[in-house]
Amino acid sequence: MKRALIPLIIFLVVVGFLFKGLFLNPREVPSPLVGKPAPQFSLARLDAADATFSPKEMLDKVWLLNTWASWCAACKDEHPLLVELAKSNFVPIIGLNYKDNNQDAQKWLDEAGNPYAINAVDADGRVGIDYGVYGVPETYVIDKKGLIAYKQIGPITMEALRDKIVPLIKQLQAQ
Amino acid sequence: MIPEIGHFSLILALLVALTLGSLPIIGAARGNVVWMGLARPLARAQFLLIAFAFLCLAYAFAAKDYSVLYVASNSNSKLPIQFRIAAVWGGHEGSLLLWALILSVWTVAVSAFSKHLPDDMRARILGVMGLISVGFLLFMLMVSNPFDRLIPAALDGRDLNPLLQDPGMIFHPPMLYMGYVGFSVAFAFAIAALLGGQLDAAWARWSRPWTTLAWVFLTVGIMAGSNWAYYELGWGGWWFWDAVENASFMPWLVGTALIHSLAVTEKRGSFKAWTVLLAICAFSLSLLGTFLVRSGVLTSVHAFATDPRRGVFILAFLVIVIGGSLALFAWRAPTVGRGGKFDVVSRESFLLANNVLLAVAAMSVLLGTLYPLFLDALNYGKISVGPPYFDAVFAPLMTPALFLMGIGPIASWKNASLPELAMRLRWAFGVSVVTAIILPLWLGNLTPMIGLGLFLAFWIIATTVNMVRHRLRGADQSLTSRVKAVPRAWWGMVIAHLGIAVFTIGVTIVKGFESETAIRMMPGDVAHLAGFDFTFKGVKEVQGPNYTANRGELLVSKNGVERTILNTEKRLYTVTNMPMTEAGISPAVIHDLYASLGEPLSDGAWSVRIYHKPMVEWIWVGCLMMGLGGLLALSDRRYRMKKRNKNSNGAELGQEEVAI
Repeated sequence: MKRALIPLIIFLVVVGFLFKGLFLNPREVPSPLVGKPAPQFSLARLDAADATFSPKEMLDKVWLLNTWASWCAACKDEHPLLVELAKSNFVPIIGLNYKDNNQDAQKWLDEAGNPYAINAVDADGRVGIDYGVYGVPETYVIDKKGLIAYKQIGPITMEALRDKIVPLIKQLQAQ
Repeated sequence: MIPEIGHFSLILALLVALTLGSLPIIGAARGNVVWMGLARPLARAQFLLIAFAFLCLAYAFAAKDYSVLYVASNSNSKLPIQFRIAAVWGGHEGSLLLWALILSVWTVAVSAFSKHLPDDMRARILGVMGLISVGFLLFMLMVSNPFDRLIPAALDGRDLNPLLQDPGMIFHPPMLYMGYVGFSVAFAFAIAALLGGQLDAAWARWSRPWTTLAWVFLTVGIMAGSNWAYYELGWGGWWFWDAVENASFMPWLVGTALIHSLAVTEKRGSFKAWTVLLAICAFSLSLLGTFLVRSGVLTSVHAFATDPRRGVFILAFLVIVIGGSLALFAWRAPTVGRGGKFDVVSRESFLLANNVLLAVAAMSVLLGTLYPLFLDALNYGKISVGPPYFDAVFAPLMTPALFLMGIGPIASWKNASLPELAMRLRWAFGVSVVTAIILPLWLGNLTPMIGLGLFLAFWIIATTVNMVRHRLRGADQSLTSRVKAVPRAWWGMVIAHLGIAVFTIGVTIVKGFESETAIRMMPGDVAHLAGFDFTFKGVKEVQGPNYTANRGELLVSKNGVERTILNTEKRLYTVTNMPMTEAGISPAVIHDLYASLGEPLSDGAWSVRIYHKPMVEWIWVGCLMMGLGGLLALSDRRYRMKKRNKNSNGAELGQEEVAI
């Protein structure tokens, strides 16, 4: 009797793990860039095509870099949260408009509101590669020294904002 | 309208499956003949309803009905008709429908070819299969309905994943599913036997042909998938230890153990509990494979969209089916007798050892596949387990298994003499050792792995030759009649075992002697590899039905003599905007020449990869031989006799010569 139970016990242990696994995301790989300096770039701005933006300008500030595109459906989910966050003037949000068309992007911002202090245009996605972007949206929290402190993969959710991003930014701002 | 009829047909099928899964089983427990008798008509009705639903979905694809969400997501008006039909199983919902259809095919086949079974046994078997069907139909109707509408309808579909737009897509999934789902028959036989308390030689003999047939399908299905990966993925690999490949390989390993174990149970009455456990495991691993693919728990090139609700549903289903059957096993197995005794050195022992090796191999594949998940669940971070682990685990397990394969069929049942075996096989051993050393030296590369691989392959061939000669001894009859006197099942074993040898030779040679080069080529440039000259003739644009392509042409010659032309394409599928590489392959017995076009470089130059793959085709030929061996075993006289002999109960056929 006892020996015959072994297969059942092994199976139940495996089931336990499989159940846990359902709520994990195998694609959510921690970014190797966390703790490293944010890659430098200099890109044209969406609002003023003759001006450029570079992360150097944000030294001594804690800021968010949010990759987005007008063609990205998930970006539309997080957009209202970004707009709210921007209204509170809690943290500057820089947009990285990824592989997008300037007119479409501007049109989207006009319609849905513009949470971005500045938008950099990454039309060919080169900067996205440096940052290891493999799906839009992705959001980076960058600290005063220009180091990446956190990477949010996929849309920012209410929970992520409340439990992770806001406390982290407060802590970084206090440093 | 037609999609709604299909949907309704599925709902009816669910009701039929519920009845099939309950009344006949209760009838068998209570001895109610009428309820037991319901099993066969219900199995037929279920098949007709699911087949009808399947046809409705196929019609929606053929008629380009983009008001059906699934059709709009998986096809396009420019997709050629054969791929539009294959696209029926190109996504999650449709492949479930294929699963359910194939299950109903097996169920109806069992109902048609089980006239010789006792009523209660048949009722239980069909009932268990009905219960499995309930799970899948419920799953489809609740969270994965292929007939969901898309309102408003899409103007055109989003197209089938270009990776799947290949003849392989037409054969590989149905074959593989025939194998996966086919193990449900062995499973149902095992559960029925546990329920009825009739674990005997008759049970083993009845489930043997079904198990063998499922195993044949699985073997050929895996082979087709491997061959497809070889020419479609564009870098000449044929097995990736990808989670989904592993999911099909685990049932194969356990299924292989099962067909051998069933032979022992039938012939000697031994290993009963073990055989039942293997039957449960083979099908459980098929279900687990379905779970891994459908739930998105693991990353894989085969993964479909992730939906946690689906995952929870399948997991609950797994717990009920596998957990329930293992609990039943734990409850009933201790009452099963031990069967015939045998010595440490006997055919039983060799078969048991190989069985254990195969089961351990399957478990190690399972461990490797789930290990990233285990670590992640325990918060030890993300890792991935790849070929290094599997290669390291697999070779040590397969080496003794292949070695024992040479001895097992020669040893006698019950007790064999080791010195006698050694005497008989000394030549086979000597010949294989010498060949395994000389051949690689002559080819110019002797490493321990090449030597070992070739030794095992030659060992299997040499022992098989020895066995065949032994069996055909005697001079009083002509050779043809002596060949005919041996049962086909035995010849089936011979061919399947030789298939393993051919497969092993292919794997060893291609791993040991393949070469490749990746270079930048201008039109007119010549690349050299393995004694061949590849002249790049340039690239021209080609228009396909739903893609545009750059086709590169390479002229292959050796010592100035023109041999062949390799055409390789870089395609861009216009709807999905996905690039695909079509390799140019010249297959042959001795070696494949394989080219794939890379990226365009500056001034009209292209990067080109060229591979020389010696004996790679032997891998698939070996698999086909295994499948052929299985078919030959199925055509054995004793299975055909059974149909004529309606009330056979085991004893009469027990005298027949049995393959193993």
